[in-house]
Amino acid sequence: MSDPMAEIRASFFIECEELLESLQDGLQLMDDGDTDPETINIVFRAVHSIKGGAGAFGLDDLVRFAHRFETAMDEVRAGRFHPDGEAIRLFFACADILGDLVRAARDDEQVDDAVTGPVLEKLDKLVGLEEEEEEVLDFTPATLSLDFGDGGGLPDLPDLPDLSALPAADPSEDTLPSLELPADMPAPVAEAAMESTAKGFTVHFKPENALYASGNEPLYLFRALRDLGDISVTCHCGDLPDLDQLDPDTGHLSWNLTVHTEEAEQAVREVFEFVDGLCVLEIKPLTGGGAMVAPAPAPALVVEQAVEIAAPEAAPLAAPQKPQVSTEAAPAPTPKPAPVAKLPVGSDDDTIDAAPKDEKTAPSVPAKATGTPTQPRATVRVDLERIDRLVNLVGELVINQAMLSQSVTEAGLPPNSPVSTGLEEFLQLTRDIQESVMMIRAQPIKSLFQRMGRIVRESSASVGKEVRLYTDGENTEVDKTVIERLADPLTHMIRNAVDHGLESTEKRLESGKSREGHVTLTAQHRSGRIVIEVSDDGAGINRERVKQKAIEKELIPADAQLSDSDIDNLLFLPGFSTAAEISNLSGRGVGMDVVKSSIQALGGRISITSHEGKGTTFSISLPLTLAVLDGMVVRVADETLVVPLNAILETLTLTDDDLKALGPETHVVQIRGGFVPLLDLGAELGYRKPQDSYVGGIVLLIGQEDGNRAALAVDAIEDQRQVVIKGLEGSYGRVPGIAAATILGDGQIALILDPTDLVGQASGRTRVRQPQQALVG
Amino acid sequence: MSLEVLAVDDSRTMRDMLNLALSSAGFTAHLAEDGVHGLEVLEDIEPDVIITDINMPRMDGFGFIDAVRAESKWSRIPILVLTTESADELKTKARAAGATGWIVKPFDPAKLVKALQMVAG
Repeated sequence: MSDPMAEIRASFFIECEELLESLQDGLQLMDDGDTDPETINIVFRAVHSIKGGAGAFGLDDLVRFAHRFETAMDEVRAGRFHPDGEAIRLFFACADILGDLVRAARDDEQVDDAVTGPVLEKLDKLVGLEEEEEEVLDFTPATLSLDFGDGGGLPDLPDLPDLSALPAADPSEDTLPSLELPADMPAPVAEAAMESTAKGFTVHFKPENALYASGNEPLYLFRALRDLGDISVTCHCGDLPDLDQLDPDTGHLSWNLTVHTEEAEQAVREVFEFVDGLCVLEIKPLTGGGAMVAPAPAPALVVEQAVEIAAPEAAPLAAPQKPQVSTEAAPAPTPKPAPVAKLPVGSDDDTIDAAPKDEKTAPSVPAKATGTPTQPRATVRVDLERIDRLVNLVGELVINQAMLSQSVTEAGLPPNSPVSTGLEEFLQLTRDIQESVMMIRAQPIKSLFQRMGRIVRESSASVGKEVRLYTDGENTEVDKTVIERLADPLTHMIRNAVDHGLESTEKRLESGKSREGHVTLTAQHRSGRIVIEVSDDGAGINRERVKQKAIEKELIPADAQLSDSDIDNLLFLPGFSTAAEISNLSGRGVGMDVVKSSIQALGGRISITSHEGKGTTFSISLPLTLAVLDGMVVRVADETLVVPLNAILETLTLTDDDLKALGPETHVVQIRGGFVPLLDLGAELGYRKPQDSYVGGIVLLIGQEDGNRAALAVDAIEDQRQVVIKGLEGSYGRVPGIAAATILGDGQIALILDPTDLVGQASGRTRVRQPQQALVG
Repeated sequence: MSLEVLAVDDSRTMRDMLNLALSSAGFTAHLAEDGVHGLEVLEDIEPDVIITDINMPRMDGFGFIDAVRAESKWSRIPILVLTTESADELKTKARAAGATGWIVKPFDPAKLVKALQMVAG
């Protein structure tokens, strides 16, 4: 991104996500009864900052909504409105919509007014505010243009020239081509402005003490005024008291200035904007005879005269008779307050070199060379691609290290040789580097958890239950891609918990539970994996009904003997739904089977535990990273292959009794009463022809995402280890049955299987009929 | 004239924008995240002018201005307040706290530069 504004815009949306996060956090605290003003301030600030940034980018919809939300939060902040539970729920809804608007703005999309309108109406009603449409619409986004030419930017309208101070407009007067007036400026004003700008203005300026105290500096004001056109300055020092009566903190000077400009009075007023109210200020259009000071000198003279305003000591009252004198200002440090003491006393209305006081005590030539600009907190934004490259390289390093270790072992060096011990340290370092690099890709799972808060709010509202979400372990760091890909399955699980897991309010009260159902979402690191749990305090799985349903749907035989855990696992079968009536929430076509396959695709596992009357817990276990994989290294027809460990249910050696032939090349394996198709991995991959007999052979029992199983015949199991995943698709495209490749410690390249794909391919080709589509044993 | 400017704002976006606008104008920008950070930065540099946001965590703009004005070596540094609203109330408050002037967000870079020049020469 070369355009700095585009970069800032992108960064703004990232910041918005952070702000939305603290907004959610703050609201959650408020919901928990926190009334700390700082908590409310955090919420207010988040909305306020989003609005501020949105204004800068002209994101009007976002600004409009944020403004109303901010106004409401301001009422809370000011203690004028005390939000109850209902109000906070509405704030949550506003926060959700604000998030939608942010993302819509980011993606150049629109959010329907039908979504925002009703919520805003409720909000205004709630906090007792009238709709303030007009004010909001007046929020003028200044398009940032980086043209620093002259003025630039949008015309500013707030303070139109005082009509009474202007001479009558003459509509026939020629317009000045250089003058840019807003098209919608009322005609008389426009004309008046033109009339007045044709000549210039006289300004009478008498600072009060407060002006100096505020850090304002007349000298700079005059310089700014000079930017409008040639000026002449007359200083009045008649009010100066005698030296012994002089209070250095009191200002005694006043000035009369004449500015010859084609700008409107507005421009002159703008110069004095900051000191308005801190001084006596009279601005009058310059007219032929009525000027406070002498008419403008000839242009040539003006150029010479209207230069920098001098510092007093640089021009010590050289010519009192001269009406106007200006000399070149030396950039030397100007004096400290009350330079008036150096000025002559008693020369009433003498025009002198008007050097206003420089209020700065600090030297006016500050140390410019104080090194590099200070930057807040040292964070760097890095392209994800670069990190992935680093992850990849570290992967190579791990492989390289493993190969080196193997060579050292093969070379027969003693374990205490310097090479061996050195390698040991190298191994440790490599692991540390790998871990650190993985941490770069990791981010707290918090953002995902917060999205779930919204899911709970929306889904509980739609089924009419009162539900509260508890979260724990939000700061657990998880790979960025894992977080992204967890969103859908987690959403479904949360909906499920609200819809099916929790009982209706009436039922809860009947069974002596709290009115409000609880859904708990936790994340933690456990033995090198991330474990995410979704639990509810509902009625638990009604196993009798689940089993009945499975029998009705012919998923299991009517006489199947199933343990409690078997029955619970039936929920993961495709097309399974226990809700007597499919609600519009969890019945939307996505079942737990899809959840399970998404988790498996991430190299994860999902399990379920349920206690009658107490609730159900779904537990997801994920690898820390997608870059390495736990695999089983197997040999088939002299080839080495890696099978992802999470796909393997068990391994077994086949006996004659286990095998049944269904045809010349079609076998099934009987496992605890069920039949599973047998696939010869060597044959499937084209390494060899199918064997005549598999008795005594080793098979891996593969659990598929659809709940079906298959037995893969291999020649030997060699090892079980972590392997670094190397993509193949970049070089070879998608290879059926193969997920990726890896490089083993001995330098050998091994393919990593995609068991589901492989079995799917095989069953499609050979049309192996699954004898029994159940999950048994 | 090149100015050395300290800009204090808790919004990263706003800091980025101020930085861009200031450096594009040839000024040196020093950035701080809130009042506390701003005071820390002031210990190291001596800006010609300070720009500060009002609503910030830890120490807000008013607290920051108070602290700057209370220190004699900083008491004369011009301070511009960044405000979203052009509300007179806020300007009055800012001025009472010792601010020199204000910039209404969203700001126009050219106006920002003008305002800076107006208070810092």
